[in-house]
Amino acid sequence: MRNHDSEPVLSVQNLQVSFTTDDGVVRAVDGVSFDVYAGETVCIVGESGSGKSVMAGSILRLNNSSTATTTGKILLGGVDVLSADESVVRGLRGSEVAMIFQDPMSALNPYYTVGDQIAEAYLVHHPEVSKKDARQVVLQMMIKVGIPSPEKRIDEYPHQFSGGMRQRIVIAIALINSPRLLIADEPTTALDVTVQAQILDLMMDLQKEFGMTILLITHDLGVVAEVAQDVIVMYAGRIVEQSDVEAIFHAPTHPYAWGLLGSVSSYGASKRGDLFTISGSPPSLISLPEGCAFHPRCVHSLGSGSRCQSEKPVLRPVGNNGSRSACHLADEVLVSIGTGTGAR
Amino acid sequence: MLLFIIRRLFFAIVLLIAVSVFTYFLFALLPTDPAALSCGIHCKPETIAANRIRLGYDKSIFEQYWLFLKGIFVGRDYGIGTAAFTCPAPSLGYSFNQHACVTSLIGETFPVTAYLSIGAFILWMMIGIGVGAIAALNKGKWQDRLATAFASVGVSLPTFYFGLLALFSIVIWFQILPFPSYESPLDNFPAFITAMILPWLVLAIISAASYTRLTRNGMLEAMNEDFVRLGVAKGLRLRVILRRYVMRQALIPIVTIAGLDFAGLLGGAIITESVFSLPGMGRMSIRAVVDSDLPVLVGTTMIAAVFIVLANVIVDIAYGFLDPRVRVS
Amino acid sequence: MNSDIALQAINLVKYFPTGSSGLLGRPDKSVKAVDGVSLTLRKGATLGIVGESGCGKSTLARVLTRLIEPTSGQVILNGADITHTSGKELRDVRQQMQMIFQDPVSSLNPRHSIGQIIGMPFTVQGQFDKEATPVRVRELMKLVGLNPEHFNRYPHEFSGGQRQRIGIARALALNPSVVIADEPVSALDVSVRAQILNLLEGLQAELNLSLVFIAHDLSVVRHIADEVAVMYLGKIVERGPAATVYTHPAHPYTKALLSAVPIQDPSSRGGAGRIRLQGDVPSPIDPPSGCRFRTRCWKAEALCEEQEPLLTDDGSGRLVACHFPEETPVAIGNRAQ
Repeated sequence: MRNHDSEPVLSVQNLQVSFTTDDGVVRAVDGVSFDVYAGETVCIVGESGSGKSVMAGSILRLNNSSTATTTGKILLGGVDVLSADESVVRGLRGSEVAMIFQDPMSALNPYYTVGDQIAEAYLVHHPEVSKKDARQVVLQMMIKVGIPSPEKRIDEYPHQFSGGMRQRIVIAIALINSPRLLIADEPTTALDVTVQAQILDLMMDLQKEFGMTILLITHDLGVVAEVAQDVIVMYAGRIVEQSDVEAIFHAPTHPYAWGLLGSVSSYGASKRGDLFTISGSPPSLISLPEGCAFHPRCVHSLGSGSRCQSEKPVLRPVGNNGSRSACHLADEVLVSIGTGTGAR
Repeated sequence: MLLFIIRRLFFAIVLLIAVSVFTYFLFALLPTDPAALSCGIHCKPETIAANRIRLGYDKSIFEQYWLFLKGIFVGRDYGIGTAAFTCPAPSLGYSFNQHACVTSLIGETFPVTAYLSIGAFILWMMIGIGVGAIAALNKGKWQDRLATAFASVGVSLPTFYFGLLALFSIVIWFQILPFPSYESPLDNFPAFITAMILPWLVLAIISAASYTRLTRNGMLEAMNEDFVRLGVAKGLRLRVILRRYVMRQALIPIVTIAGLDFAGLLGGAIITESVFSLPGMGRMSIRAVVDSDLPVLVGTTMIAAVFIVLANVIVDIAYGFLDPRVRVS
Repeated sequence: MNSDIALQAINLVKYFPTGSSGLLGRPDKSVKAVDGVSLTLRKGATLGIVGESGCGKSTLARVLTRLIEPTSGQVILNGADITHTSGKELRDVRQQMQMIFQDPVSSLNPRHSIGQIIGMPFTVQGQFDKEATPVRVRELMKLVGLNPEHFNRYPHEFSGGQRQRIGIARALALNPSVVIADEPVSALDVSVRAQILNLLEGLQAELNLSLVFIAHDLSVVRHIADEVAVMYLGKIVERGPAATVYTHPAHPYTKALLSAVPIQDPSSRGGAGRIRLQGDVPSPIDPPSGCRFRTRCWKAEALCEEQEPLLTDDGSGRLVACHFPEETPVAIGNRAQ
């Protein structure tokens, strides 16, 4: 088992983020709490609208401050990001905590060379270093992230790189200051399968080398199976299940996780025969269903008049795998159905 | 890159020739007889015929155009015998109304237009981009609303109306400034400034309005870009992000439009010059229209066309420098 | 002509001119998006086309549906050559063959109601009827699992999955015999994908459609396709019965593609026999000589650079374009036939 005695690298406590839009208030994140410990890889899984990206953005206070209202606590090495001074947060960004975004095509500034952009990330936290020395650091980093002939490519512009190579540049920017925590928001979603595999391998190798903690946001359960230790499943702005990776795949404890696993794992296997599906589609975050947000799509819902429709379920320990689930069903039911649903 | 520039210049020259043909033939097809106009109302038919030969209007239109084109490069002689005179190259024709070579007429009026355009251009870029940036940085707040209001009023104000309003209020009612009377900055600089300040402001405010809008929207769009988010995540200061990430992106379309707008002004700020009685090319063009002074009209139109075409080439080349993605390797 | 064949592509080529040279800036290079592709779609069957971005699969879809004209080669639909049809004949082609697009958001006109969108093919084909068309549109809506009462709603009122249903209904409006679906589930959420796949499969059986299903996601294709074609840099590298291709890939690229898909099982993490391709797909403007995959292939030898491998039957009913293909077990070969 992992050692959780030490202080967590990241501690999110009752985080709530809402956006004011013309159509109403969007409750993107609705009371999320979790801890991430040193050296771990934690995956946050969810579909679009689950609040996972907004949650990730609030860790470095990247959400638009004029429309977003954020409450709760986000502790990074003892500092509460949400209440700290802008200058303190700026000091954390890119040095203690770095971020990788989904689309490498748009994540790089098209007007400067990739070398300038990596160097910029280094120099802002190392103002005493000369540009010439920084260039050497950048070259070293480009080699580490696997960019061939870096001496030539350092002076090229982002549009001269392929998608996979650009994502390597983004990773170089993220890792140039050896951050303690790396937040990767769908880092491989925009990439081709063969390139996706390369990038995942690279991230795992660099994690070992730098001893980083990784918080990886994804919708792809394959990626989760590949890299995660701890898994957090989000639905409609809340955590519905938190388990370690073995448990999530072999004995999930939430109906949404069952559905997700079922609908994905069944189609890899064989041709024909109906796929397992979750009916309906994710709810609007402006008008969430009463009670458990998943109940209108849930085949195991306790029916009309039940707690499923009136009371938001709270995350609680279920079974003996260390899993936590936010479901009104009885523990035994969750464990027995879950064990039957899991992949073998 | 060099090949790209050469290619653009080549196309620019082709375009200019086409424009010159079009302009020349357009004016030649007008139902006015320059020969008759050149000798007043009570004119004997034989004088008109003689004038026609003297002015070269007896020749076919193609020959006339050829002489016009030739005149640009080698100069041109008009009349015969003792009445003969020469407009040296580059000759854009001879105005019989004003008894002067068109080139020298343009030479006299162009500086006025240039001073007006350059001054107004600098002012409007500063106001437009400044106000637009303030609006974008305070999106939804009162600064933004004020700037948006300024932009809507500015674009919808007709120049002549706003110009006259400024003239009446500041010069006549409040008498803050004397009535503008243009003097060359080389002769009397203070008088030049006093005469120019109102036209500069009027032109600048009206043009700035659309730039305010462009800057504001461009910046807001840029601020939503992923790469700006990455800039923030790197730990860069807001100032650096604005300069290197946001403005860099927002200014590119502005450069294009600014280049064309400025070139358009250089062809003559017709209304502003008329309202403030500035002896520039625009006012000369208007006079030429009223007097049916075709050679002057052809000349000023050609000059305006040259500026627009050149501005296009310069903007295209500037684009290559500003945006590495369109840079041709 | 074999009457069992719904759609056939013979040596299809599509080049897009690019670059510029000389004073006039004439294009001097070309993107070889599709470079000699031959395919056969049997009636009532599903052909999966798989490949990474830039392999030319979307261009192929557009050439097959005659949204663009091929540079050379032939497209044969239900026995008729449609390669160079235009005008009225092309409209007839559109009636027989329809397309489903990847992005359900941008492929629907936001200012038209659902009824108008699904009814549009009738208007375009001059078959609009004030009485019959709305009835038919409601039928179609029911067929794809939409509530017919939503006839007058607009696209923005629907979720991604429902919008894709609208796109499917529109494609089916004129009773096409062939449907080409270009990444129809890639833009959808995981939980919604399975719904749309089930719908497509059900409709295919019900309406006896012949389906071309284009995807970059191997697992999706595996579920739905009878036959699979794998594309790389404008060419088909392997083509055959889905079961054979998936269980015993013969081309190294197919093998690598399958190996790259993360398996949903944490205990198999970092398992042996994983293939990790190096580098990126080369530019389709200037593809490698010989075998186009050789620059990333671990089996490449001098021969691969000199000579282009041809698509040949390896004895199991599967075609592969490789000088050094993987062996196919005899048992599989027998079963596939």
